[in-house]
Amino acid sequence: MHTPENLFYSKEHEWVRVEGNKGYIGISDFAQHQLGDIVFVELPELDLEINLGESIGVIESVKAAATLFSPVPGTIIEVNEDLEEAPELLNQDPYHNWIAVLDLSDSSRLEGLMSAEAYNAYCQTLES
Amino acid sequence: MPKLIFEKNVPGSNSFSLPPGQIPNPAISKTIPAQFLRQEALNLPEISEVEAVRHFTELSTRAYGVDNGFYPLGSCTMKYNPKINEWAARLPGFAGIHPYQPEDTVQGALQLYYEMQEMLAEITGMDGFSLQPAAGAHGELAGVMIIKAYHQQRQDAKRTKIMVPDSAHGTNPASANVVGFEVIEVKSNQRGLVDLEDLRSKMTDEVAGLMLTNPNTLGLFEEDIQEIATIVHEAGGLLYYDGANLNGIMGVARPGDMGFDVIHVNLHKTFGTPHGGGGPGSGPVGVKAQLLDFLPKPITVKQGEEYRFNYDLPLSIGKVKNFYGNFGVIVKAYAYIKALGAEGLKEAGQHAVLNANYLRHQLRDDYHIPLDRLCKHEFIINSKKQAENGVTTLSIAKRLIDYGNHPPTIYFPLIVSEAMMIEPTETESKERLDEFVQTMRTIAREAAENPELVSQAPHKAVIKRVDEVTAARKPVVKWEAGVKI
Repeated sequence: MHTPENLFYSKEHEWVRVEGNKGYIGISDFAQHQLGDIVFVELPELDLEINLGESIGVIESVKAAATLFSPVPGTIIEVNEDLEEAPELLNQDPYHNWIAVLDLSDSSRLEGLMSAEAYNAYCQTLES
Repeated sequence: MPKLIFEKNVPGSNSFSLPPGQIPNPAISKTIPAQFLRQEALNLPEISEVEAVRHFTELSTRAYGVDNGFYPLGSCTMKYNPKINEWAARLPGFAGIHPYQPEDTVQGALQLYYEMQEMLAEITGMDGFSLQPAAGAHGELAGVMIIKAYHQQRQDAKRTKIMVPDSAHGTNPASANVVGFEVIEVKSNQRGLVDLEDLRSKMTDEVAGLMLTNPNTLGLFEEDIQEIATIVHEAGGLLYYDGANLNGIMGVARPGDMGFDVIHVNLHKTFGTPHGGGGPGSGPVGVKAQLLDFLPKPITVKQGEEYRFNYDLPLSIGKVKNFYGNFGVIVKAYAYIKALGAEGLKEAGQHAVLNANYLRHQLRDDYHIPLDRLCKHEFIINSKKQAENGVTTLSIAKRLIDYGNHPPTIYFPLIVSEAMMIEPTETESKERLDEFVQTMRTIAREAAENPELVSQAPHKAVIKRVDEVTAARKPVVKWEAGVKI
């Protein structure tokens, strides 16, 4: 399992990459592996204000439909429309292919998020 | 792949000529205005009667039901449907009546409805039932509407949330969402049961209710159910029972006694009537006394020696189905309950649990069982032991088809990785169960010795391994002449 060091991870298997006021959000390698072949991504609407842990979309695979929860609060300022045509990008490179970008300027809280090391340890506890 | 009937088109093969009629037959252009007349040719296949009959007869042999063989589809309770139920539903007094007939002329049918309401109330420990909902999810919808109506009637409009465990059937959050509730997920703990701490931390005066299946989708009895009921009730919420897994406790424990306020039952699961294409279903909704006024109307009542439909329920959520529900299905379920009786229903529940535990015990050497302890009517295995050879749960399911079984439910519940959910039901004999165990052991051996064989299954089915990914990403949903898929 691949887990980049420069990201923050949630227990729901999303990651956040912070660049200035922007928070890039995606799903982890563990998540894409668990879901299997992803066949559909429902993206959030632009300008939507999101509270911590609120749903910002749905990911469907051949196995399951999973709700995408926002690991940080903020306003949606960009969505990755490539995923509408090519949901498999999340399987191919879940860290390069972000799903949405949030404006974090009103809040820079990264509460309850894990480092790569802590996230790896957390995933190991789920493997049993 | 068999050809579609459109591909069997032979021009002229069903031509016929009728003798000239005695009544003049004016041209269609004279009787129908031009703008309503179809200009292009009607694209229907021409095929002779015998070839049409053969086409559909062949297709009918491709279906697989519980009458064909073992069907351990977890959470679906694919028990054998006794044929005497079909006899009962076809009795002319039931099959030949019309919903517009005056009540006086259908007293027998109304008596059956009344007694069915009473029997379901007794079996589940509730105070009253409406037989209207046409299926399980429809019963859920009616139940959640009742919860909403109850809070609105008490002028408690702030309750906008419904709680659902992460192991729930997908229909639970869907039903709550359709009624306009926000869904909050409650976590399961390490033992596969509702996490009481998580429940407590999320319970507020905005929660209208908690939807629960007991036994849950892991086949485990929610041992803390009384504590759960107390937490929900003390916060002013209602407790909803999804009857999908009622077979696991039938005749032994009652949701009403556990503190549930609203319930739906699936007659097509628990009470021996056909599922799906062989259905339709039926999902009666039941409630405790304080909610009786909210039930979908009409309710069948007994006045003296007469049976009547009672429409005089001002707080009722209304009608949820045209006429009176799926009448024929209710007749079948009535026949089932009467044939088994109280002792028989209890025995059915006990045997469902015994069969599931027998299979769990027999499969534990060859397959990983994440929660390996006493289960109710179903249990979960996964492919952890087979994964080192690259064999997935999907492949094991496909290989079961080669051995003539309907595969169990896979990849559900979502909280268990690579889950395979096995529910044998009480109607399978020990010989059948042993046969299934042998097949599962054979597949485990194949997965170790010849994983390719399993990973490429099915080999004997008419359609081999389907490319499910492409089918989902680039679905082709209609046939067009001359277009090759």
